[in-house]
Amino acid sequence: MPFIPHTEEDVAAMLELIGVKTTDELFQEIPANLRIAGPDGIPAGLTEAEVSQLAQQRAAGDGDVVSFIGAGAYEHYIPAAVWDLATRGEFYSAYTPYQAEASQGTLQLIYEYQSMMTSLTGLDVSNASLYDGASAYAEACLMAVRANRKSGSRRILTTGAMHPVYRAVANTILSNQGIELVDLPVAGGVTDLGALAAMDGEDFAAVSVQQPGFLGTLEAVDDITDRAHAAGRLVIAVCNPLLLAALKPPGSWGESGADIACGEGQPLGIPLSSGGPYFGYMTCSKSLVRQMPGRIVGRTVDVEDRPGFTLTLQAREQHIRRSKATSNICTNQGLMVTAATIYMSLLGSEGLRRIAARCHANTRQLVTLLSGIDGVSLLYDSYFHEAVICLDRPVAPVLEALSRRGILGGYDLSEHYPELGNALLVCATEARSAQEIAAYGACMQEVLAKTQVA
Amino acid sequence: MKEPLIFEYSRPGRRAPSHAPGAMASLDDLPAEVLRADPPVLPEVSELQVVRHFTRLSQQNFSIDTHFYPLGSCTMKYNPRVCNRVAMMPAFANRHPYGPEEHGQGFLHCMFELQEMLKAVTGMAEVSLTPMAGAQGEFAGVAMIRAYHLANGDTQRRQIIVPDAAHGTNPATATMCGCEVVEIPTRADGDVDLEALRSVLGPQTAGIMLTNPSTVGVFERNIETIAALVHEAGGLLYYDGANLNAILGRALPGDMGFDVIHINLHKTFSTPHGGGGPGSGVVGVSQRLQPYAPVPVVGRKNDQYVWLTEKERPQTIGRLSAFMGNAGILLRAWVYMRMLGAEGMLRVSEYATLNANYLMARLMQAGFQAAYPERRASHEFIISLKDIVRQTGVNTMDFAKALLDRGFHAPTTYFPTLVPECLLIEPTETETRQELDAFVDAMIEIRDLALSDPQEVKRAPLSTPVRRLDDVRAARQLDLAWSENR
Repeated sequence: MPFIPHTEEDVAAMLELIGVKTTDELFQEIPANLRIAGPDGIPAGLTEAEVSQLAQQRAAGDGDVVSFIGAGAYEHYIPAAVWDLATRGEFYSAYTPYQAEASQGTLQLIYEYQSMMTSLTGLDVSNASLYDGASAYAEACLMAVRANRKSGSRRILTTGAMHPVYRAVANTILSNQGIELVDLPVAGGVTDLGALAAMDGEDFAAVSVQQPGFLGTLEAVDDITDRAHAAGRLVIAVCNPLLLAALKPPGSWGESGADIACGEGQPLGIPLSSGGPYFGYMTCSKSLVRQMPGRIVGRTVDVEDRPGFTLTLQAREQHIRRSKATSNICTNQGLMVTAATIYMSLLGSEGLRRIAARCHANTRQLVTLLSGIDGVSLLYDSYFHEAVICLDRPVAPVLEALSRRGILGGYDLSEHYPELGNALLVCATEARSAQEIAAYGACMQEVLAKTQVA
Repeated sequence: MKEPLIFEYSRPGRRAPSHAPGAMASLDDLPAEVLRADPPVLPEVSELQVVRHFTRLSQQNFSIDTHFYPLGSCTMKYNPRVCNRVAMMPAFANRHPYGPEEHGQGFLHCMFELQEMLKAVTGMAEVSLTPMAGAQGEFAGVAMIRAYHLANGDTQRRQIIVPDAAHGTNPATATMCGCEVVEIPTRADGDVDLEALRSVLGPQTAGIMLTNPSTVGVFERNIETIAALVHEAGGLLYYDGANLNAILGRALPGDMGFDVIHINLHKTFSTPHGGGGPGSGVVGVSQRLQPYAPVPVVGRKNDQYVWLTEKERPQTIGRLSAFMGNAGILLRAWVYMRMLGAEGMLRVSEYATLNANYLMARLMQAGFQAAYPERRASHEFIISLKDIVRQTGVNTMDFAKALLDRGFHAPTTYFPTLVPECLLIEPTETETRQELDAFVDAMIEIRDLALSDPQEVKRAPLSTPVRRLDDVRAARQLDLAWSENR
């Protein structure tokens, strides 16, 4: 019996002590017409060897590909120590640190994580993480509406240059509470500052901006921040935390810094894994801490005055406040935060900066190579580690042809940005070698030569 | 021994250089105003220091792999190692979420099978795998209920009924969905108060959120009546799957009349709790809610597995995650379910219930007071320590801390709030009878000590890396991040 340790003697003795003859009697309180003999349509159980073999076969079918897709999830090299340590049973199979004395490992680790995230983002406090970048953005919008008491507005300004699925997820979550996201248009790959200026007289709880934007370009974050504060709005910064080793941190944007930063933690040591589990990070200025959703760990002392760690500010949370909580969230993505904290410790500030810079250099190399091909052009000159290239024909068939050659050529922008024409978002992280980049160039040339311009 | 912060090992210039590119590439082509002036303060440590530090931190945790962890309502069962190994196989771990379907047929095949197996154990018409935790599954469920009413022009249905024993996420979720919460009392025998339910039902009712077996650890015997009453009033029923382990393979929420259900894969299907997450709160829906299910869902077209998105499901409540939920967690659940098969699933509920009833019977024999002594335990049960507290002054939290000193993680304390001084105890099916006996011995020992020397119990814990922490100071003198100038 997989994972069940009972012997026949155990079962007999246990039933006798309970005072029943069979285990079936234990289910007598379930009305008889609701009881079933077993679930239908479940395949017979497999041994560990059999299920491993089946998984191997399935995985092999997914093929061996070289990916140049980013669009919010990035392939980076993950040091062996990261997941070797993170999957130690003491981290992997513990739960939320309700009993602080028996969870100092997890609690101290989260405190270290919070310290690293505040330093990366240049803000005062961090929570213990949220589900992913998109849901963290939604929570940041809810938080801004709660926190901006002067405004009282239930509208948030966002931008077409923000990840389109982040905006979609935020809409799913905000619309039920009557909170509205208003999209600013995109000009030249970034938020249209003229359109932003035209909104100056209107009341919004916050302005949100992604740096770098979804299209890989760099926003004028200082101007956007100052303008927002002048209009009585909070600023929500959505940033790739790895790139913050090289980019100006939200806490230093403009005169007084962004108020809330959030984003996708996946680049910090989390495998791509078809989209999750990842983690959303969130940091903010000290004055907003009581509006923050999610777990927060604080340092304190024990009865012998020794330093120790515990969950704190729990009066914000659902298990105390119930229907008046800041959020219904009770999870943090603890295991992913464990990996990210180990990753950041191994890389340090210098290592993260080198990776960020190499991503930029590799993407430049790729873009230079591709835009030298007939029928390919670069759309925006300024970008960090992703760039938009335009083809002289529809993108989808080209991507299919590349994929048959083992190359995933990028993210097709035609669904979310049809106005950009045949646009493709490409990304070459530090994990792509010079040979792989060269191979992409050669394949693109070959594919374009063999297919017709539509 | 207390482990220093990783920052305290840091020395300027120390590095683990094999993990980053050897040289710093230039960023000179970028405008200076977007670049960072001062580097972030992260530790500068060697790889060995990192390995040692985090290994030592791990050793300061209680976990399923090291301790009996009978945390009620959390289903802390063994997490098979092979589930992790499969999810971390390079072909699965390296797959980009926007990779084309033809390079994801193996992964999608597993997800399709997982959806089918979850339909089979819940009796629902469709399953969507995207919610990333129980609370997000709850959100999806209530949002679907609202979408259904709005689509029927029922704009006034904004009330969600929740029993007073419910988990805090239920009312918090209803609020997040823009609904009003109405609490109804639980009767002394643990069932929902039907009269109270009748009195709150009406044209304003959107639905009811129930856990079954309930949060007090007993099966709701009137579930069919409840379903009929709520449906007659035009409301829908939401099943919180927190306690599915108790009935796995034996009864289907769909048969009980539920319209929507979330399942915590990190409970019933043994995916890791990871120190607080990631969870996975997949949702199942009845036929009438199918159009509203969150996307993407995995479908099958011409022998290929495909994503079904807003195009195929124009009435969906939308997306809840940037990509596809906690895909790697879903893979772990797939491995576990394929290993169990139908028989294995029946055994889960059989032995989880056997262990809970045995542990309850032994504790009652030893003189502890069960909150619902006339009822069968489900996979968990409640002990109330109120008499011991009155006699000795030793309270439930003291008991919990004293258990830590005896090598047991404490059960859930003070929840549900309607039972005074309570311990919610869930042993799970993967514990041996000998482990349960040892737990009973520890409980007896602590009670005896409480009677003879209550102050000694109040000193606990003594064997953990720290003793009781000053929570008031933690909240009043906020210290949430280390900084170098302290």
